Amino acid sequence: MLIDWFTVGAQVLNFLVLVWLMKRFLYKPILDAIDAREKRIAAELADADAKMAEAQKERAEFQQRNEEFDRNRAALLSKAKDEVKAERERLLEEARRAADALTAKRQESMVNDARNLSQAITRRTQDEVFAIARKTLNDLAGTSLEERMAEVFIRRLRGLSDQARQVLIEAFKTGSGPAFVRSAFELPEGQRAAIGTALNETLSADVRVEFETTPDLVSGIELTSNGQKVAWSISDHLASLEKGVGELLKGKSKPETGDGTQPGGAKDSNGNP
Amino acid sequence: MRLSPDEIIFWQQGVFKLNATLVFTWALMLVLAVGARLITRRLVTDHTRSRWQNLLEIVVTAIVKQIEEVGLPHPEKYLGFLGTLFLFVATASLCTVIPGFEPPTGSLSTTAALALCVLVAVPMFGISEQGLGNYLKSYVKPTFIMLPFNIISEISRTLALAVRLFGNMMSGAMIIAILLTITPFIFPIIMTLLGLLTGMVQAYIFSILAAVYIAAATRKREPRTGAASPT
Repeated sequence: MLIDWFTVGAQVLNFLVLVWLMKRFLYKPILDAIDAREKRIAAELADADAKMAEAQKERAEFQQRNEEFDRNRAALLSKAKDEVKAERERLLEEARRAADALTAKRQESMVNDARNLSQAITRRTQDEVFAIARKTLNDLAGTSLEERMAEVFIRRLRGLSDQARQVLIEAFKTGSGPAFVRSAFELPEGQRAAIGTALNETLSADVRVEFETTPDLVSGIELTSNGQKVAWSISDHLASLEKGVGELLKGKSKPETGDGTQPGGAKDSNGNP
Repeated sequence: MRLSPDEIIFWQQGVFKLNATLVFTWALMLVLAVGARLITRRLVTDHTRSRWQNLLEIVVTAIVKQIEEVGLPHPEKYLGFLGTLFLFVATASLCTVIPGFEPPTGSLSTTAALALCVLVAVPMFGISEQGLGNYLKSYVKPTFIMLPFNIISEISRTLALAVRLFGNMMSGAMIIAILLTITPFIFPIIMTLLGLLTGMVQAYIFSILAAVYIAAATRKREPRTGAASPT
């Protein structure tokens, strides 16, 4: 008999034990290891995919940021250009204004110089004229200049118009104080008496007169009483002379500035200067 | 003349006896278990792994793939049974190159035991997969008349499994023994190499046939009209 049934049973048992052993020690650990490795590889691949996606996202973001930066830079550059242009315009305008102001100032100082010069000329002329007049009067007349002045003053007093005389009378009547006769130099006694007599005759009243010396008059005599004044002095004449010279200078400077600002050829071409 | 290692008896007490088949089987079991344990003790899940681990992984994945190709959808479930069948038969054939080794598969008792295991495992897997009723119904298909033929086929294929393996293994050892007596040493070596080849082929055939039987038993027979009907 080829089949030994005890051996068959024992072999079935052996085989079952071997199945269990193989499952325990071979298949399970091997399959587990393969599964673990596959899982790990899958995880790594997923991780790589995620990283790649992230990298792409970051790249896109970076690109976008770059573009934005470029845009911003261009905007800033154009803005800066505009600002520089505006600043340049402003500075040019300022410089122009400063130049205009300087020109105006210069013109003003020129005008001032002219005025000062004219004043100096006036003063000088005044002094010179006075000196010449005084010298000439001294040389020409036998009597002193003051005497002549007194005479002239008396004559003017007598030659006053009726209206002026009335005003003076009113002034003397209302005034409480004496009438003042001011002169540049001390008047001699005779002249003082003559002036007092002339006043009394002209105003038909007894007037108390006080004599004062005032060098400001330059040379001359004036009568003041309660705000009213009758005078003859070189100062008056000099004032009128100064006025005349001043008008002359003004008249001279005006055409100069007018010529400077307006082109003169236009009038000439029209034939209507 | 000795046809089976069952006849070499080392110790006997009544029906209990310790023959060469059992001893060599235990030796094989020891080698397989210890070898597997030694290698799988230091398994790594890294990309670099030992050569032995590579070998075992190749063997296991090849078996899994083979089972899958036969038509079993969840090969891990059948791996323990079918894989062990293959490994046991293959190792027994490989070890014939060791002088003095008697392959346990050269004993009809061993092959009958393996065939009995298949005989029991097929209905077990079939019932677990499609239920007792459905499995039993498969015996009366296509008609009730087929029931005895199905049962006869079940038994005869088990017998065929046992006898095929036993015949091949026994004949290999027998041919070598006969050749040793009449020819110079070179012929037995060639025959041993040929025996290795037939041994591997038999291991493959045995386990593949078991897989096919299990696949036939576990396959759900869906009604043909149901598959064609549109949902």
